[in-house]
Amino acid sequence: MIQFVLLISRQGKVRLTKWYSPYSQKERNKAIREISGLVLTRAPKLCNFVEWRGHKVVYKRYASLYFCMCMDEEDNELEVLEVIHHFVEILDRYFGSVCELDLIFNFHKAYYILDELLIAGELQESSKKTIARLIAAQDSLVETAKEEASSLSNIISQATK
Amino acid sequence: MNPFSSGTRLRDMIRAIRACKTAAEERAVVRKECAAIRAAINENDNDYRHRNLAKLMFIHMLGYPTHFGQMECLKLIASPGFPEKRIGYLGLMLLLDERQEVLMLVTNSLKQDLNHTNQYIVGLALCALGNICSAEMARDLAPEVERLLQFRDPNIRKKAALCSIRIIKKVPDLAENFINPATSLLREKHHGVLITGVQLCTDLCKISTEALEHIRKKCTDGLVRTLKDLANSPYSPEYDIAGITDPFLHIRLLKLLRVLGEGDADASDSMNDILAQVATKTESNKVAGNAILYECVQTIMSIEDNGGLRVLAINILGRFLSNRDNNIRYVALNMLMRAVTADAQAVQRHRATILECVKDSDASIRKRALELVYVLVNDTNVKPLAKELIDYLEVSDQDFRADLTAKICSIVAKFSPEKIWYIDQMLKVLSEAGNFVKDEVWYALIVVITNASELHGYTVRALYRAFQTSAEQETLVRITVWCVGEYGDMLVHNVGMLDIEDPITVTESDAVDIVEIAINRHASDLTTKAMALAALLKLSSRFPSCSERIREIIVEFKGSFVLELQQRAIEFNAIIAKHQNIRSTLVERMPVLDEATFIGRRAGSLPGAASTPTVPSVSLPNGVAKPVAPLVDLLDLGSDDAPAPSSSGGDFLQDLLGVDLSPASQQSGAGQASKSGNDVLLDLLSIGSPSAQTSSSTVDILSSNSSNKAQVSPLDDLSSVSLSSKSTSNAAPMMDLLDGFAPSPPRENNGPVYPSITAFESNSLRLTFDFSKQPENPQTTVIQATFTNLTSNTYTDFVFQAAVPKFLQLHLDPASSNTLPADGNGSITQSLKITNSQHGKKSLVMRTRIAYKINGKDTLEEGQVNNFPRDL
Repeated sequence: MIQFVLLISRQGKVRLTKWYSPYSQKERNKAIREISGLVLTRAPKLCNFVEWRGHKVVYKRYASLYFCMCMDEEDNELEVLEVIHHFVEILDRYFGSVCELDLIFNFHKAYYILDELLIAGELQESSKKTIARLIAAQDSLVETAKEEASSLSNIISQATK
Repeated sequence: MNPFSSGTRLRDMIRAIRACKTAAEERAVVRKECAAIRAAINENDNDYRHRNLAKLMFIHMLGYPTHFGQMECLKLIASPGFPEKRIGYLGLMLLLDERQEVLMLVTNSLKQDLNHTNQYIVGLALCALGNICSAEMARDLAPEVERLLQFRDPNIRKKAALCSIRIIKKVPDLAENFINPATSLLREKHHGVLITGVQLCTDLCKISTEALEHIRKKCTDGLVRTLKDLANSPYSPEYDIAGITDPFLHIRLLKLLRVLGEGDADASDSMNDILAQVATKTESNKVAGNAILYECVQTIMSIEDNGGLRVLAINILGRFLSNRDNNIRYVALNMLMRAVTADAQAVQRHRATILECVKDSDASIRKRALELVYVLVNDTNVKPLAKELIDYLEVSDQDFRADLTAKICSIVAKFSPEKIWYIDQMLKVLSEAGNFVKDEVWYALIVVITNASELHGYTVRALYRAFQTSAEQETLVRITVWCVGEYGDMLVHNVGMLDIEDPITVTESDAVDIVEIAINRHASDLTTKAMALAALLKLSSRFPSCSERIREIIVEFKGSFVLELQQRAIEFNAIIAKHQNIRSTLVERMPVLDEATFIGRRAGSLPGAASTPTVPSVSLPNGVAKPVAPLVDLLDLGSDDAPAPSSSGGDFLQDLLGVDLSPASQQSGAGQASKSGNDVLLDLLSIGSPSAQTSSSTVDILSSNSSNKAQVSPLDDLSSVSLSSKSTSNAAPMMDLLDGFAPSPPRENNGPVYPSITAFESNSLRLTFDFSKQPENPQTTVIQATFTNLTSNTYTDFVFQAAVPKFLQLHLDPASSNTLPADGNGSITQSLKITNSQHGKKSLVMRTRIAYKINGKDTLEEGQVNNFPRDL
């Protein structure tokens, strides 16, 4: 099971965190600090796994962002690495060659995508297409609602003029 | 929309935060935003609720407190529209976790949403439930989730499956409800549902044996078929990763098969073919393929043995190990670690490669490899492996040294074929990484050194050489100082030269130099300096020519600010200046430390590092004049009989050596694996707590004198006790006492005499044993048991029973009475005769049971006597 997902920038700024096990705010901050310390200092070409407090952190760097997933000792490291890549590919497809800024200004979208990928720390869907379709469907629901709301407020403002 | 709202847009807030140059600026922006959001919350602003929550999530991610927004999540979730619910659930998952009370309030909304007609809203509720539900919520909502496992849309089914995993982990009792719906998911075609269904079954099997049996019986064949179809499936773009169709599903199927095959030959049999196919056919040039192979190997190693498959698996690992990709090597090491239990021989074959990995530049790989090497060491390969590791120690990273040193020490201690090799290796480790060596390790080394009497000279000379080059390693300095103090004469006179040694010329003053350097090193800590002082005192007697110089060094420390050192210096100076006649006896070589006991003690603290002792107490033959037993006796009186407040009456010899034996130490001979394992040694190495030194008794010096010739007499015991309780912490009266007693002649004794012990003591009763023995019959001991009533009630119908192990014979004489008067006004005595068939090998041990009546009420007290003097 994946315990938590972290996205950290090269400067150590947190871009996304998702916790599948209960960690108090204090523990979260500590974990983020320790893991950034471990991961950001590692030279390129080394293996993508670091051991952290009885768990393993699988990380991969994409441009200026480190994607980290903390998993149980007995899980498959290579698979989690593949899950990270899977996530990045979906983000890429959704944003159209994703960059760090996309994830900063649309962080909630990144969370929505992650929620379609993982639940309870387990993989939910192996098809990128399905995830893209589900996200698009929900986005369009939001858009319709917005349009309705704005047309409604237009009618109201027209009426009250 | 609302023209009165002052709220900025989310995008603007993020921009403003990003524009901050300093942390203080950022805090100011966040504070302003938070204030605005709070105000909006207070006004119960509906239009901007979702925007405010989004802002809060961002602020939360930066690490600021956002608890005030938790109720907003609930309000959004309760609102009817999808957009509000979507952001509300997201906020719920981010801002809350299962331990918050507020979460309970959302249960009702969740229940409604799980039954919503819009499947996306159902999906949102399932996702939130799966990520943060608590045990109570799991219980409340489990029926809804169970129902959703059969929902028409597969995307809801897969979410429900993962949600079920969370539920059964929180409330394992609910597992059986999920067995049937979970197994029906295994027949699905939709990959998402299949992946989550397989995962759910895996977790069910881990939680409930009932589920495991059921799934094993009903689904194994189906799963094998699914995996076969998947492995043989043609290219499908939707699920393809690096030429493999859905590696995630592959891995999950292999994982579930592993759980089913473990411990079941039939199930294992039915999956052999497909495992062989996956192991041989999977492409191994991409991460995805290797992930599958890795999982497959793990399954092969876990299920019931099949020789051919195991060979295949080990070969794959061998290929992994020589791969250039660090990730692949890492998982190979990881897997070999698990394979060691199944097939140690096969793993041994890769030893050389693994050893190379210990020297890798990647810390993760090094750590894995070191752990693997550690389990691979055995009696036959310990020498080359230890050599490799120690050689590597020289060039290893600072932060890796602590780990490496600990492992090397453990390996060397566990498998050393002979003492000289052990000592050699430890000296190498100490010279390279002495600062990383743990205390237990160098205590153990000293125990070994004292026990290797023929190597004393060799060791002290080797240490002398090592000290010249590696004086910066604290533990090496300590060991050197200790050994020079003990065996300094051997160093100077080249005693016990071995053939392999180069001759070395060391003068007496060179030896003193060493200790002086050690004591004046700035880096030396209190322990080292205290040990150095003790060593100097010893040398002052061994090297009369340097006596004056040593005195000068010691005198310097009379002004030390550290109480411990100052006190030692004053005492030692007094000995050198005033008590020439007893000095040589005082500073005799340390008695041999009991190896078996020490190892036994250590076994508890360092699991796997030492074997348990087979013989509880062995006194090893050695060249040292003083036998162990008298010393133990000497210590007995210090601890047993002394009524003085400081429990370890602190006898003089102990103080001289800096020995501070706690009561527990007297049991060292009994071989009981009790708590104070390291204390004995600690004390002998003169690192006692300083407090014990303040109550110095003097008479024991006498007993130590006499103990060289005869055993301690009971009179000595008594006098020592009475004096020790009177003597003060002042050094001057101590010296007087010493003067007064030093000339008194050693006593004559007709036979060995043993101090009495308190065999049993409770709030109500004390039992003491007095021992006597006929010299012509050493196997038999006569024990006079004395019972004393500690309460104000008279005991009637008093019966004492005793039981002993087979190697002892016990004869009980009738008791003097069966009534025990109150308040210790009189006692019952009873004599016991014990014959020890293993005399000299095993100590006495006894279980006691005492039954009596207080005012007609039965009372029973039981105990075990372990503190018999040795050699009974």
